[in-house]
Formats: sequence, C-alpha cells, structure tokens
Amino acid sequence: MLGRTANDLFWMARYMERAENMARLLEVGHRLSLLPHEDGGQEWRSTLQSAGCEASYIASHDTFETREVVDYLLFDKSNPSSVYCCLSTARRNGRAQRTAITREMWESLNGAWIEFSRSASENVASDALPALFDRIRDRSALFRGALLNTILRNDTFYFTQLGTFLERADNTARILDVKYYVLLPQNELVGGGLDSAQWAAMLRSVSAHRSFRWVYRDAFKPWHIADFLILNPQMPRSLHSCYAEIMQALSGLSQSYGLETSCQALAGTMLSRLKMLDMPGIFQAGLHEFLRDFISDNSRLAYEIAAAYHFND
Amino acid sequence: MAFDEMHGRGRSRRCRTPYRAMATWLDGQTSEQLTTRRQQAEALFHRTGITFAVYGTEEAEERLIPFDIIPRVLSAAEWRRLAAGIEQRVRALNAFMYDIYHRQEILRAGRVPADIVIQNAAFLPEMLNVDPPRGIYSHIIGVDLVRTAENEFFVLEDNTRTPSGVSYMLENRETMMHMAPDLFSRNRVAPVEQYPEELRATLESVAPAGLDRDPVIVVLTPGEHNSAYFEHSFLADRMGVELVEAHDLVSTETGVMMKTTQGLRQVDVVYRRIDDSFLDPLAFRPDSVIGVPGLFEHYRAGRVTIVNAPGSGIADDKSIYTYVPEIIEFYTGRPSILKNVLTWRCRRPDDLAYVLEHLPELVVKEVHGSGGYGMLIGPTSSRAQIEAFRAKVVADPARYIAQPTLELSTCPTVTDEGVAPRHVDLRPFVLLGDRMRLAPGGLTRVALKKGSLVVNSSQGGGTKDTWVLED
Amino acid sequence: MRIVVEHRTRYRYEAPAAYSAQLLRLTPAVFDGQKVIDWKVDSQPATPLREGRDGFGNITHFLTVNRPHEGIEIVASGTVETADTAGVVAGLSEVVPLAVYLRHTPLTEPDAAISALAEALPASERVPWLHALMAAIRERVAYVTGVTGTETTAAQALAAGQGVCQDHAHIFIAAARQAGVPARYVTGYLFLDDPDHAVAHHAWTEAWVAGLGWVGFDAANGVCPTEHHVRLAAALDARYAAPIRGMHRGGAGESLAVEVKVQQTTPQQ
Repeated sequence: MLGRTANDLFWMARYMERAENMARLLEVGHRLSLLPHEDGGQEWRSTLQSAGCEASYIASHDTFETREVVDYLLFDKSNPSSVYCCLSTARRNGRAQRTAITREMWESLNGAWIEFSRSASENVASDALPALFDRIRDRSALFRGALLNTILRNDTFYFTQLGTFLERADNTARILDVKYYVLLPQNELVGGGLDSAQWAAMLRSVSAHRSFRWVYRDAFKPWHIADFLILNPQMPRSLHSCYAEIMQALSGLSQSYGLETSCQALAGTMLSRLKMLDMPGIFQAGLHEFLRDFISDNSRLAYEIAAAYHFND
Repeated sequence: MAFDEMHGRGRSRRCRTPYRAMATWLDGQTSEQLTTRRQQAEALFHRTGITFAVYGTEEAEERLIPFDIIPRVLSAAEWRRLAAGIEQRVRALNAFMYDIYHRQEILRAGRVPADIVIQNAAFLPEMLNVDPPRGIYSHIIGVDLVRTAENEFFVLEDNTRTPSGVSYMLENRETMMHMAPDLFSRNRVAPVEQYPEELRATLESVAPAGLDRDPVIVVLTPGEHNSAYFEHSFLADRMGVELVEAHDLVSTETGVMMKTTQGLRQVDVVYRRIDDSFLDPLAFRPDSVIGVPGLFEHYRAGRVTIVNAPGSGIADDKSIYTYVPEIIEFYTGRPSILKNVLTWRCRRPDDLAYVLEHLPELVVKEVHGSGGYGMLIGPTSSRAQIEAFRAKVVADPARYIAQPTLELSTCPTVTDEGVAPRHVDLRPFVLLGDRMRLAPGGLTRVALKKGSLVVNSSQGGGTKDTWVLED
Repeated sequence: MRIVVEHRTRYRYEAPAAYSAQLLRLTPAVFDGQKVIDWKVDSQPATPLREGRDGFGNITHFLTVNRPHEGIEIVASGTVETADTAGVVAGLSEVVPLAVYLRHTPLTEPDAAISALAEALPASERVPWLHALMAAIRERVAYVTGVTGTETTAAQALAAGQGVCQDHAHIFIAAARQAGVPARYVTGYLFLDDPDHAVAHHAWTEAWVAGLGWVGFDAANGVCPTEHHVRLAAALDARYAAPIRGMHRGGAGESLAVEVKVQQTTPQQ
C-alpha cells in the first residue's frame, strides 16, 4: 500500500470520528447552556477547550455567546476541526483513495458531506440544532457500520482503526482533563459536593450517562466516572478500550507486514499501564498529570505510526 | 444517403446479416419500452458510475456521456479484416518509431521528408538511442476509424500517445448486459471484459529484462483534477495495481521507487497518463511538478519501463499521418490494408489553392487541434462561416489540412423522435507487448444531433456498445 | 598538451534539503584529439553515481540524495591529453544521425535577424563560410558577462549585441542550421596561459563539413578549438548538453559556488 494511501485512510477515519465527537460536545454544551444557574460563557469555554479550539476561537471572537460558539464548531471554514471541515476533509481523503475503500464507505462519506454542506448557519434555527447534532452522529455511525461490514481485514482496515481510536482516545482524555477537578475525591471531602449537572454532562459527551449507572449501580461516586472513562474495558470510549483496539490494529499490521515497529512497543506500554493502574494510584500521582501525559503519549504514537508506515515520505 | 450499419445502402432497406437478431429484438420493442430502457441505462450508469466516479453527485455529470442502447454490430469477417489492418498499422508505426529514434533509414531513403520528423515538436531527441523493451514505443493505441460503405473503412487518426475511452467500452458492455440480457442470448457477442487482464499482461511483458520477481506496475496520474482521472482509477482498480501520483514515486540509485507503508518498493512498469513534457523535470520541462525526477534516466538505462514510451506522439502527428501508407510499405513490404483519408496539406501552395477553391465540400482541420474544435465542415456550414474560415486558412495555411467530407456510416439510435439513423465512428483499442491483443470491437461514438458528423463527446456525441459477433 | 582539471560545484542550503537528484555531463569525450589519462566524478554527501549515456552519446552520471542534507558538492577532476587538430573532431563515436543536428530548439530558433546575418555572408565553400559566420558573430556580439542568462535565446542575444560563450555558440548554431549545416553545442574547459583571464568553463560549437566531418568553432574566441580546449559533451543546445541539471526538494535558500582549476602539467617520465 502507498504511504499516501495509509495517510489518507488514517485521516479519513480520524476526521469522521472527530466530527462525531464534536457533535457530542456541542450537544452537551448546548444542553448546559439551557440550564439555569450555570455560567453559560464558562461552559462554552470548557467545550472549546475539550475540542482543542479555545485559542483559535479567542483569536477571532470576543464573547462566548451560544450561537457564536456553535457556529464556530459547526460551520466555520477557517476552523479545521469544525464539523464542516471534518466532513469535508474526511470525504476528500476518501475520494483520493476511492479505489481503496468500499462503495458503501464512499457513499456514507459522500452522503454525510452532501447533507451537511447543504445546511448553513443562517438556515439552521436554534431549535433545530439538537436534530442536526443527532444527524451528524447518525451519519458517523453509518460510516462506521459501512466500514465494519464491508472492508477487508487487511492494512486498509488497520489504518482506519488506528485513526478512529487515536482520535477517540484523545477526545475522551481531553473531556476528562478540562473538568478533572470535578472528579477528584477530595473535592467531595472539602464539601464541593456532587455537581450532578457537571458530571452528567461529562458522561453525556461520551454517550455514557445510562451505561454508567448500569455499571456502577447505586453506589457510584464521582471518581467512578474517571474509572469508567479511563480504565473500564467494557466502556467503548474508555482509554483502555481505545488502546485495546489500537493494539489489535498494530498487531494486525505487524503480522501482515512481518515487521514490528517502535509503535507496537509504545502502544503496548500504554495499554499495560491502563491495565495495571487503579484509580487511587492515579489520583495519588495526579489525575491532571496522568491525563496530560496520556494526551502527549497519544499524539506521539500518532506521530510514530506516520513515521513507521511512511505516511508522508 | 449514407451507408447504414443495419440496412446498408439503397432503397431495399434489407437488414444486413449481423443485425438480424437485433432487428427482431428492436421490432419487438415499443418506443415506450425503448425510452424506459434508455432511462434504466442512465440510472445504471449513475449507479455503476458512482462506484468508480470519484465525484459526488454535483460533479457526476461529467461522467455521463450519453449512452445509446442500440449496439453497433460487426460480423466476425468484418472484424477479421479490420483487425488485420489495425495490426499491420500498429506494427508499422512502432517500427517507424524505432527507426526514427535510431538510424532513421526511412528519412535517409527519402520516403518521409526529414524535416517533418526532425523539426516536429512531438519528436523527442531525448529518445535517441533508447532501446525500449521489445522495441515497442506505443503499447496502447486507439485507432479512429470511419466507414463509408460495405467494404470501405478509413483511418482518421492513430492515437499513439495516451488514447482514452477504454473505460467507456467496458462500462457500456456492463450496462448493456444488465439491460438486455435477452439480446446477448440471441447473439454470440465476443467478450471484452478481459481487457484489464490483457492490459496487465501487456504491461508485465514489457517489464525490464531479468527481474527475479513479478513486475510491479503502477498507473501514474496527474491527479484527481484531470478530466480522465475516472479512467485512471478505473484501470488501476481493475488491474489491481497502485494508482500513483508523482510524489508517491522517488528515484534512488536503484531505480524508481514507490513510497509504501513498508518503505520503498521498486517499480518496474509505469503506465503513465501524463504528457511527455511533464514526465521528468530533469529531462523535460524543468517546471513540471507532476513528474518524477530521474524517471527518464532510469528508463534510458532500462531499470524501468515507461508506457507508452516518451516521444510516441510522433506517430500520430497529423503531418506524419499522410505518410502512414508509405510507412507501412517501407517496414512491412506490403500495401496498407486500411486506407487513409485523402488529405490536402495547406502548407503546399497547390493544395492550398485546391482547398480554397473547394471549401464548401471539404472538412478543414487544424494540424494541432483536437476534440472537433477549430474545424470547418464545409457541407453543413453557412456561407458566412465558410468565408470566416477561409480568412483563417489564408492567414496561416501551414496550420491547416483538409479532407473530403466523408459520409460516415449511420447506425440506428434511440432519439426523441424514435429510432433514427445517426452517424458513428469506431475506436478499437490495441495492446502490443509480447503479442498483439485487440479488444473485439472498441468504442463506437455517435453524433446524436440529426445529420451531425461530429462524434466528440464535448460536442454532443454519445457512445454505443460495440459488438463483434463470433462465427 | 597535458591538462589537469579540477571542477568543483557546491550547492548549499540554509534549510536542509530532503531530496536531491542531479544528472551530470562532466566526463571528457575520447577522440583523436583528446585522450583521458584519468578522470573521476565524486559527490559529497557520498552517494553512488550511476554512469550512463544520453541520447547524444555523452557520458552521464546520475546521483540522488534521499535523506536530509545541507548541500551537495560535485567534483570532476582528472588529467586529459589534448592535441591540436585544427578543430577537426575525428574518431568520436557518433550515435546520432546527422539530420538531427538540423533541429531548431527553443534556444536556437532562428529569427529574421539571424537569417539576415547568415544570408549577408559572401557565398563560398563551407569552411570559409563558417569562418566568416564566426567572425560576423564576434563582431556583432561583444563578450560581456552578466547581460544574458542560461535561458537567453540566440535571437535575444543577437538583438542585445552582448553575451557570453553560450550566446555566441547558440547564434552560430541557429545560423548554421538555418543554412542547412548540421551544428551542435559543445561544453568543455579552456586552458589559458594567463590565469588572470581564465574562462575555465567554456562552450563552443561544432559544424558538419562534408569530407572533414565535425569541425569546431569557438566563436567567443574567434578560433577553432586548439590543444587548449578540453571537450566534455555535445548536443543540440546548452540545455541538452548541460554539465549539471538538478532539482531538490526542501532546502530553502540555495547558494551556488563553482570553482574550476585548469592547469598544464608535464607528463611523468
């Protein structure tokens, strides 16, 4: 496979995943902004941080008005992480590799783009936003489904998996890190109490507010959220799950190419750390520090994958 | 009255033998049924087109050159004669290229004027003394033919550089088999679906000598913005080879390498769909960004094969065209089986005088034009159009050649007024490697406008499935 | 005459280049008037040079550097033994049909002024005619550096009335071909007794004369090549015969330094 092809497949999957994550973040932000007693501006600021777009937003905006933030994250063509740009880039990558992907994948990519590119800020009323967020998630699910159902389990598959799960891991880690202090056990001890709106929002942004209750039943504590999103292997957006998928894809690659690279070692170290650690240990060493290191290791892995498989030679 | 592929010529309107089964089928179709089938065909094209068209719906129109559902049919005997003529022509043109890039015997013998080769922009001095594998320059050729009578076929043009359209030939057949399987059960139609396999076999057969592995083949495209990108990706996909752009390749001391996920991998055959002058900035245009530096150097040294060879455009240059009969005789010792169209070269004073006197009867073309533009069709032009064109020819005679207006054969075609005759041409596709491979039939282009002789898709032309019946 | 040549070409990049490829024509030809005692072409960073021949029979070296590098240095050096043959180039293996050397190229396309220059010469035998052409060009185009560049055409140089050896050669070629005389561009080195006036890197022409074969004309100096001329490559024009043609990716801020040393030496006893 051409290095360029691998690069395009990786980023195609990564941008589709990012579009979906963006829709979730927006959905939650939008919901919080509707609640009384919340500082809407501060919430949007957190959303922008989770999306990794805070600095670029501030450079071009003065306030954190709901509609301005929503437009920036949905439609802004100058924001490479806006849903508009994510879908456009994903489609462009897929189109460049039209012969490497299946017809179903192409049609789902193309369909998502055509549908979304027809909606523009001025013709989406505020009360139509939740429905739009839903459709973005549906489109992403359709793409994942087409991919999983039709693609050959060879390097094409592995590179798309890597793109998906590196992006997802990054996203989950950022969501946790932006509000990590809400999850600290001592927060409860010092009387901060359980800020239900805050942690519910966090769970919603990874589509886990219902499954969380099922897993932890009645005895949950806020720090269980961190456990759920970091260490729980059943939770499909947890860091642990993401790294189990990443490891599988990397093993698939090393088997089919007959070659181990430094990526397998790095991902292996990260996965075994996630398996070995427990929450008290993480809290003791510092949740924020743990997440910061994780985000940086995660992007280092992406970089090493690109180098090891000659994405941009 | 033009010769009709189905009914021949004259008043009797008897159905010609190859069309008998088709005629019965057509008789059984109401015009509503034909219209429905035509719509079905378009829907199918949209769908299969989308399979490969890299474009979204807003851009898909580009692919949709109108498709007519009534096939053009050639008998086995007709095809055998055409095939023999095409084969002779293709071999002679390759021998010609080998010669002019080596000792130039044909120029020394005075059979072709030296200056039309030596001063020709399509003649590449860089190719002097290059020995391409098997001595072949043009491996993939599309010969444009027209028919004027039962036994009268003429060559309009030899496309020896990068003929396109073969993907339409394949998709037309695919669509036709979906649409009218009953027609295929009544006729023994020679298949064309093996073309991608044969293309691959042809490319493999011209890989550099002495490889101890299967040759690695790539299709080199200028990129997705090229108008033929659909065909580039279609052919790469059907052959199961990589579709590469210039920056996917790099020259090292070993050869031309492809940048893969497993590092550099040597490439043996480059089926390029980019023009000579852009191939390699070290050898040709230094400003080319769609070429591969060093590609030509490795080609010269026999470490990679470029298909078609650089400089193969010399064989389809319009100024060389008029000499092809001499070229065939010189290299094969036999007269040309297929005829050329009589051509006047306006650069010659005598020819120019004749042309200016007979403009209303002639077709006048620009020597370097293509796509049916910059051309006068005397009989269908107004007096004002003719006079305007006369001024252009007088101003720069060397730019023009003229030919008699050929009454291209017609073929029944579904039109808004029902089934009616429309003029057609034929482009068979030839592959030359370890042996010659000729796809039976080729691409039939049809002028959809009543009475029009211009079959180019850019000017209202469509295509038809083309059948060669087996005995 | 025994001549020692050392020809260094240095490319430097302010930001490292990721990839470079170069095609070199830096190896002297062998013929009756010229023997190569020893010769080598080296590069830095060290990379294997692939030797080949171009379509005109010139020896080429192809080099690529496919890793980050801050520059490339190419050194062509060796010893050549020359003899004065009154400009006649005999004993060279000719691989290209003569007619090819009548081809006009973008750099040598004749215009009305070039045709007029050729037509104004007195009709005579070919050799005196070529000498007259050489004299006429010298008279019309003064040797001045910095006015013309590598892309200057023959017509432009003649119109400017100033130029360097490349321009003299191109005008000569354009006029000769226009008159039906096969002509070609030659690159090489020139040994001068007076080192202060060294134009070590040089170019001239060869024209075909029936009965004699190829005969050299150094229009810039108004002489037929002597034993002071070391002949490298010959082709249709300066672009086809270029001693170095290269490209690089990355590597902003390119600078180029060329240094040619041409000296006479006494043969070892």
